[in-house]
This record gives sequence, C-alpha cells and structure tokens, in this order.
Amino acid sequence: MTALPLILTVFVACVVEAVEALTIVLATGITREWKSTLQGMAVALVALAVITAAVGPAIGYLPLTGLRLAVGALLAIFGLQWLRKAVLRATGYKALHDEASAYLREVNAARQAARESRRGVSDWYSFTLAFKGVLLEGLEVVFIVITFGDNQKNVGAAVIGAAAAIVVVTITGIAVRAPLTKVPENWMKFAVGVMLTSFGTFWGAEGAGVSWPGNDAALLVIVPVVALVAGSYIFWLRSRKTAAAVPAKESEVVA
Amino acid sequence: MKYLKSFGEFWYDFIIGDDWHVAALIVAGLVVTEILTHAAKVNAWWLLPAVALAALAWSLHRVTDFRK
Repeated sequence: MTALPLILTVFVACVVEAVEALTIVLATGITREWKSTLQGMAVALVALAVITAAVGPAIGYLPLTGLRLAVGALLAIFGLQWLRKAVLRATGYKALHDEASAYLREVNAARQAARESRRGVSDWYSFTLAFKGVLLEGLEVVFIVITFGDNQKNVGAAVIGAAAAIVVVTITGIAVRAPLTKVPENWMKFAVGVMLTSFGTFWGAEGAGVSWPGNDAALLVIVPVVALVAGSYIFWLRSRKTAAAVPAKESEVVA
Repeated sequence: MKYLKSFGEFWYDFIIGDDWHVAALIVAGLVVTEILTHAAKVNAWWLLPAVALAALAWSLHRVTDFRK
C-alpha cells in the first residue's frame, strides 16, 4: 500500500476524534476559564505523548504475524462498532451525534458546576473536563496511528495524517470559535468504520495464516464490498422501519 | 477497587463497545480461520470478511427487532 491511502484513512479518522475533543474544549474554555482548560488539555497531550512513546516502539518489536492477528481483531471490532453506530444513526434508530447539541449540553453542565481550586489549578472542573475529553479522543487517535503505522511499517505517514487532522480542526476551531457543526460526522464515521473493518479483517486473516488473492490488491475489493454491504444495511433498516411503522426501539444511550 | 473497576469499564467500552457479540464473533472467526488454514490446509481468506458482515447484520437486527 502506498502512503497516500494510509495518510487519508488516518486523517479522516482523526478529524472525527479531533472535532469531538474540540467541542469539549471550546464549551469548557468559553463558559468557564481558558487557563485551566488549556492546562487540562496540555496535561492530556503530555500523557498521550508518554503513552505513544511507551507503546509505539514496543509494538514494533512484536512479530508481524502475531501483531497482525491481534491488531486485525481489534481494528475489525473497533470498525464494526463505528459502522453499527453510523448505520443506526443514518436510519434514525439512534439520534445523530449533533455537535451543536453536544456543545450546549457541555455549556449547561459547565455553567452549573461549582468552582474549586485544587493542586495549583484555579478551576478544577475545567481542567478535568478538558483533560478527560482530550485524553479519551486522543487515545483513539493514538490507537489508529500505532496500529495502521506499525502494520504498514510507516508510522511516519500515519503521524502525518493524524497531525494534519489535528492542525486543520484546531485552526478551523480557532477561526470560527464554535463547534464544527458543518462536518458530516456520521458519514465520516461510516467511511472510517468501513476502512477499519476492511483493514482489520485483511490483517487479522493474514495473521491467522491466510494468503489473500492478489496480496495487498485484495483491499481494493474488500473496501468497496464492506461499504456496499454496510450501505445496503441502511436501506434494509429503513425499509424495515417503514414496514413496521411503529416508534423505534432504542435503549442505548447516545454517546 | 473503584478505580480498578472504572479502568476496566473504560477499556471494555473502548474496545468491545455496545455489543459484545460482535467482538466474540470476530474472535471466533479468527480462531476458525487459523484452524482451517493450519490444520485443514484451506486458504480461508473469505471467512473473516463474511463473519464481520454477518456479525454487523445480526447486531443491527437484534437492536432494531420490534417483535422482541
């Protein structure tokens, strides 16, 4: 695989995560206090750097077959989670992840929380909220960068994709000073779900000893097939919903 | 203990997500692929993509089935 598909896949996946982290940081910083929010964000970025530095090279020492088996399984499970949510959202069984309403929820919660100074941080609530938001979304970025980069023996290209996504989202966020509501988040999640599932099954099966017809070129078939089948599930669920014509059953909490 | 529990819950939610059946099916698919490839000498490249797409369909069916 050349570096471009790798960079683009990591870029799109990381844009989704960066947009979610930006929503939390903006809501906290604008409503509460920028200093504590930025401190929380900075500490989370340092923690992510430490995790990457510790885990990244260690994974590189694992035998490629075992690595592909484990990483393939994880990526496929991860990708199917994304696809499942994206299909349920596209068909109305699950509410769309709306950055504007997520932003308003964070703002309301931030306004109601009490101000408390702790461990040299003037507003502990802002600090912990920004820290958790950036760390959780950042962990997904680190996972994607390490797994894709190590498997393709091109961590540099994966880092370029992730860094570009973070820079683009940060600059756009600073420019508009509002959550990025125009980003078609669900369709991006669908696309990322397709890519993670495709690469996960490809590497997982390879790790289990399979020899793919056409080697890497098999991905050119797997990706569109996964996209087509997952897309057909959207039509299936829509027609099923119309046929049933009863209120949707959805007990899951919207993330 | 509380921190250990939340640590475990975080990783479970991060990796397994809303439906553990999907994760279980993927692991089972990999095990069967490994057995077919090494023990039965069958190049079962088709198995894991089929299991992944079937797992997704089954998971979607379970969450949207009104008759349950």
